[in-house]
Amino acid sequence: MNDEPLIRWDWIARNWDNGGPSAIKTLLESHVAMALLPVVFGLLVALPLGVACARWRWLYQPTAGLMNVIYSLPSLVLFSIFLSVTGLTQTTVIIPLTFFTLAVLIPAVVDGLGAVPDHVRQSAVAMGFRPLRRLLQVELPVAVPVVLGGLRVATVSSISLVSVGALIGQGGLGNLFIDGWQRQFYTPIVVGIVLIAALAVLSDGLLVFAQWLLTPWSRARRGTA
Amino acid sequence: MNWLIDFFGNADNWSGPDGIPVRILEHLEFSAAAFLIAAVIAVPLGLLIGHTGRGAFLVVVSANTARALPTLGLLVLVVLLIGVGTVLPVLIPLIVLAIPPILVNTYEGVRGIDADLRDAAYGMGLRGHQVLFQVLTPSALPLILLGLRLSAIQVVSTATVAAFVGLGGLGRFIIDGLATKAYSDVIGGAVLIALLALAVQLGFTLLNRAVVSPGVRQVR
Repeated sequence: MNDEPLIRWDWIARNWDNGGPSAIKTLLESHVAMALLPVVFGLLVALPLGVACARWRWLYQPTAGLMNVIYSLPSLVLFSIFLSVTGLTQTTVIIPLTFFTLAVLIPAVVDGLGAVPDHVRQSAVAMGFRPLRRLLQVELPVAVPVVLGGLRVATVSSISLVSVGALIGQGGLGNLFIDGWQRQFYTPIVVGIVLIAALAVLSDGLLVFAQWLLTPWSRARRGTA
Repeated sequence: MNWLIDFFGNADNWSGPDGIPVRILEHLEFSAAAFLIAAVIAVPLGLLIGHTGRGAFLVVVSANTARALPTLGLLVLVVLLIGVGTVLPVLIPLIVLAIPPILVNTYEGVRGIDADLRDAAYGMGLRGHQVLFQVLTPSALPLILLGLRLSAIQVVSTATVAAFVGLGGLGRFIIDGLATKAYSDVIGGAVLIALLALAVQLGFTLLNRAVVSPGVRQVR
């Protein structure tokens, strides 16, 4: 308890771009990179794996089980374990977060493909679509809302989880929490929380917009109904 | 592997106030306290909101906020504001972060129940609270348990990070190990927490088998 105000605007102004490694702008940039790279990698891996699990159902049970196990591990635990392999680098944060993304996205891809109505699939077959083209042009587009739902969860979680990486020295904006804690200084902590929450809201909004762009049929239906 | 042998093979790590047994008990104690308080708040609230349909926006807002807020930031801020020294300031963020998964899944569980089932229950002459407790709650149980499981995992995870702001428990091995570059402690602690998280996961799987009515399980 002290008289320190919750926020000192002049500190923010001085440290936004102070040229050093602890500038808020630099931390923000590394935070975005460390949060979004796992989501991109995760999506690239989850799409083929999800499609495979949807096609060969026997694959899904063991995969889902494994993902459940990974998802139950605390992020700090995974960071610590990877620390012995990849050291105090950004990779140590990015790899575990990629696994968390996979744990959310693989079930989303499988559920999304499972939710494609049978009559749609049969129509595509009847129109002469071969399996690969049917997957790319019919099934995956229809699955977009469910997959993007998973992607939204994965992105927002990833953005907030990066900050735990600060405990191993690679936390982007999370480093502000350590700084604030060590100096009993509220401003960096508040700045960190606000920026991370803002990043999460912004990314979520962009993904909602992406869904709007990718599913024009849902707008058409709403228009006529 | 050598690190694991260093950590688990060291007799000093098995006794005293910072030994493994004490740390496990501490971790369980804080986690259980936060989890139980969260469950006592969130399950009834979720049932009520799901049953009456009022306050659904609260559920959505709490779910989104909890996911977007950084755990570490919240812990550091709350503990600095309220004061270091006692366990209470650390328990608050733990509880706050444990509530949304339970709330959302309990709510979804009750909302997702077939309207016919609800109507049939009312048609048979059951009253509101009877419908809620004898029909809706058992049917929503798989999702309620899912929410409880996600919440318990979240608590174990947050309690680990909370070692940074002075909470005891297994996170201490990681945080102190990192500070003193004793990596065998870091890895050993991480393995113990992973085992604890898996035990929680397994416990809920068994609980699910034991308490969910076979009829409900078949539908899902």
